[in-house]
Amino acid sequence: MTPLTEQDLAEAIAMSSGPLSIQGGGTRPIGKPVTGTLLETKGLDGITLYEPGSLTLVVQSGTPVTKVEEALAAEGQRLAFEPMDHRVLLGTTGEPTMGGIAAANVSGPRRIQVGAARDFMLGVRFVDGMGNIVKNGGRVMKNVTGYDLVKLMAGSYGTLGVLSEVSFKVLPVAERQLTLTLHGQNTKEAVASISKAMGSPFEVTGAAHLGGTTHLRIEGTEASTAYRCERLVSLLSGEIVVNQDQSAQTELWRGIRNVQPLAGFDTVWRVSMTPSRAPDFLEMLQREHEIEVLMDWAGGLLWIGSKADPQPLHEKLQREIYNYGGGHVTLVKAALKDRTRLSVFQPEPRAIAALTNGLRARFDPKGILNPGLMS
Amino acid sequence: MEMPIPDEGIIARKERIVQRLQSVIPHDAVIHDPAETRAYECDALTAYRCPPLCAVLPSTTEEVAAVLRVCFEERVPVVPRGSGTSLAGGALPTADAVILGVSRLNQVIETNYDDRYIRVQTGRTNLSVTGAVEADGFFYAPDPSSQLACAIAGNIGMNSGGAHCLKYGVTTNNLMGVRMVTMEGEILDIGGTYVDAGGMDLLGVICGSEGQLGVVTEATLRILPKPEGALPVLIGYDSNEVAGECVSDIIKSGILPVAIEFMDRPCIEATEAFAKAGYPMCEALLIIEVEGSPAEIREQLDKIKAIALRHNPVEFREARDADQAARIWLGRKSAFGAMGQINDYMCLDGTIPVSELPYVLRRIGEMSKEYGLGVGNVFHAGDGNMHPLILYNANKPGDLEKCEAFGADILRLCVEVGGCLTGEHGVGIEKRDLMTAQFAEADLEAQMAVKDVFDPRWLLNPAKVFPLASSEQRRIAAE
Ligand SMILES: Cc1cc2nc3c(=O)[nH]c(=O)nc-3n(C[C@H](O)[C@H](O)[C@H](O)COP(=O)(O)OP(=O)(O)OC[C@H]3O[C@@H](n4cnc5c(N)ncnc54)[C@H](O)[C@@H]3O)c2cc1C
Repeated sequence: MTPLTEQDLAEAIAMSSGPLSIQGGGTRPIGKPVTGTLLETKGLDGITLYEPGSLTLVVQSGTPVTKVEEALAAEGQRLAFEPMDHRVLLGTTGEPTMGGIAAANVSGPRRIQVGAARDFMLGVRFVDGMGNIVKNGGRVMKNVTGYDLVKLMAGSYGTLGVLSEVSFKVLPVAERQLTLTLHGQNTKEAVASISKAMGSPFEVTGAAHLGGTTHLRIEGTEASTAYRCERLVSLLSGEIVVNQDQSAQTELWRGIRNVQPLAGFDTVWRVSMTPSRAPDFLEMLQREHEIEVLMDWAGGLLWIGSKADPQPLHEKLQREIYNYGGGHVTLVKAALKDRTRLSVFQPEPRAIAALTNGLRARFDPKGILNPGLMS
Repeated sequence: MEMPIPDEGIIARKERIVQRLQSVIPHDAVIHDPAETRAYECDALTAYRCPPLCAVLPSTTEEVAAVLRVCFEERVPVVPRGSGTSLAGGALPTADAVILGVSRLNQVIETNYDDRYIRVQTGRTNLSVTGAVEADGFFYAPDPSSQLACAIAGNIGMNSGGAHCLKYGVTTNNLMGVRMVTMEGEILDIGGTYVDAGGMDLLGVICGSEGQLGVVTEATLRILPKPEGALPVLIGYDSNEVAGECVSDIIKSGILPVAIEFMDRPCIEATEAFAKAGYPMCEALLIIEVEGSPAEIREQLDKIKAIALRHNPVEFREARDADQAARIWLGRKSAFGAMGQINDYMCLDGTIPVSELPYVLRRIGEMSKEYGLGVGNVFHAGDGNMHPLILYNANKPGDLEKCEAFGADILRLCVEVGGCLTGEHGVGIEKRDLMTAQFAEADLEAQMAVKDVFDPRWLLNPAKVFPLASSEQRRIAAE
């Protein structure tokens, strides 16, 4: 099914009795595989409103991300939360949609400075599992009118409702970026350097580490980036290479954003945790497992790739995270059979599961919206 | 303002309920003498008052859980309370309700500069959170004007904002985790010392739920390194339209100030009479603040100046130092107090798309004439969050009702132009019955469904947020 209007979408859902597999561009097959009738949002395509002077954008959920990025670029603006393009890592094809970004709360390296997709989402319209059209939030930057269902929809992977429209806050593109690179660091040294930089007033907008190399990005005007760079260089000890090449840096950060370095791995996990605990956590894992790691978000986001049988490592990750300050582990990439048998999302404590299951039961009493996907 | 009729059965059982509460927390933490419960009869929306059945002041999360279990069993409504500075009546009790105040839960649990967070008990005041990390060069960004008094508990309850949220976001953007007790007395940890929720974003819906989903006892907050410096400029224009265009041009130019504040003529006049900040007498005044090193500040201010001058301001005043900066902020900071000198006032809080600013200000001016009540506008222009202050005389019969009707018209106007009823103060009782202007039945149903899941008996702050008629069936069914 490919409804062309919100009304059609509502009718399609109201009439469905069996499971629906909800799809935007189909580029992010994250979660337990869902068998059901395909319900695509790509018919809901278009920018409803874009006001550069108010930093607001309203789009239909099936609108391709590239279309939005082009419109924003023409006004010198962007989606500041730098949404990852999962096609690189997952080897998928198709066109990522704005609804997909919202439903999966997809953010990139700049998340540490500006916030995640959920922080930029100003409003939603969606259809719940009974076919009711619901709106929440709006198109203004500050809004506390009633409960914030916008946040609840962000990252609920279509299990509470199918998004039809989303409004976003957008921001101006920075004039220039500079990347400071430190070579020959282990993860402990990397997190220490990053933490020093993040604790300074110089507004680091990207902090990643891979294969012994640490990258720190700053953005702003010519004068400001030069100044901040100089201050950071004197703050951090060790040899620092400053990359000034704008397009090379764009490539570098796009690669980090898209987790490109792990594209060759069959199994990839995404771990959200306390940054300073990450080095010990990784050391513990590396004692017994051969893994490749991309560290983003100042150490608070780990992408872990493995070529071995995923089960033992998967179970260890989801268990051990509690001994390292808490967090959550998601199996983002794995063979179909592994995604089916393993708990893709971090299992929730009983009392939390009661709430999330309760919410699903209320928003989707027929149990037809991507059933089981988040288990 | 209509409130549900209190349950006589509960009031009749007061003695027993007090005794049960005293059996789970210290005696002095249960306030039940009518002379003392008066202290909890209202919040900062002082037009509405009602002493609670009793008030409890637990000192630990476990005590909060114990209190809630008693209230759950006794089916007594509970109104969570931080510092009681809500402007929306969020902490207003009913005669059959227990006020659960978190003021004794005021400790810092942990500060961590490597990972840039602080964990506090939620009774702690907003300003004292920054106070705890300031000496080490950090701060907690959301800064409501009430920050000296208001508690993190209430900030989370209302998802409060502040003057600097244009750059740093509001409470929800700076909240990493909470410890919360459900009405049934179960203690939950949601989020933590890492960013982003794992599965569904429960934290996101808890923040701003006005004490209706659970009692938050601890919070993990993001802290940020202090900027090197900040300086404001003051720009005066002879029309609201031009000031509005200037704001829009600045935003489009790619500069992101930390604050863009706007005051209109009635407000400027009142402030001048009161605070004598030396503001120019004009139609519209902007205060714009930028941050960074001295050179970075200079660079941004030069750009702002160039844009501002293109619009022919009647005044352009730069602060050269902290002293001059303080003078520029002086009038803005005393604006509410100044308006209070003239008369009683009601402070509204709607948000509009920035592009609608001139139109909305013109309409408010027209309505002011129709109602015969003065109004001053002072607000966060960068994000369209307006604070019209309507002047009325509380001692004049009928004036409050007239003022409320005027306020409701302004808020409906905000919704009409694509905005919302409240940008940072919350719905409480104040905007409860206007919710249908912004939301259709299905929209409200979806929100109430969330409460059904968290609080099936509808005991937590039940008479707030939703129009009484909409929530009635649920409140009755749960009794
Ligand atoms: C002079 C003045 C200036 C103000 N300026 C601003 C401003 O700039 N920006 C702004 O956003 N607001 C402002 N406010 C409004 C008010 O200060 C905020 O809403 C504040 O966050 C309320 O905090 P509180 O601790 O006083 O909460 P309370 O008034 O006690 O409660 C507020 C709400 O939170 C709920 N709540 C309280 N504690 C808990 C808890 N432990 N768990 C769950 N829910 C709880 C209550 O039930 C209630 O619904 C201002 C108020 C005044 C009087």
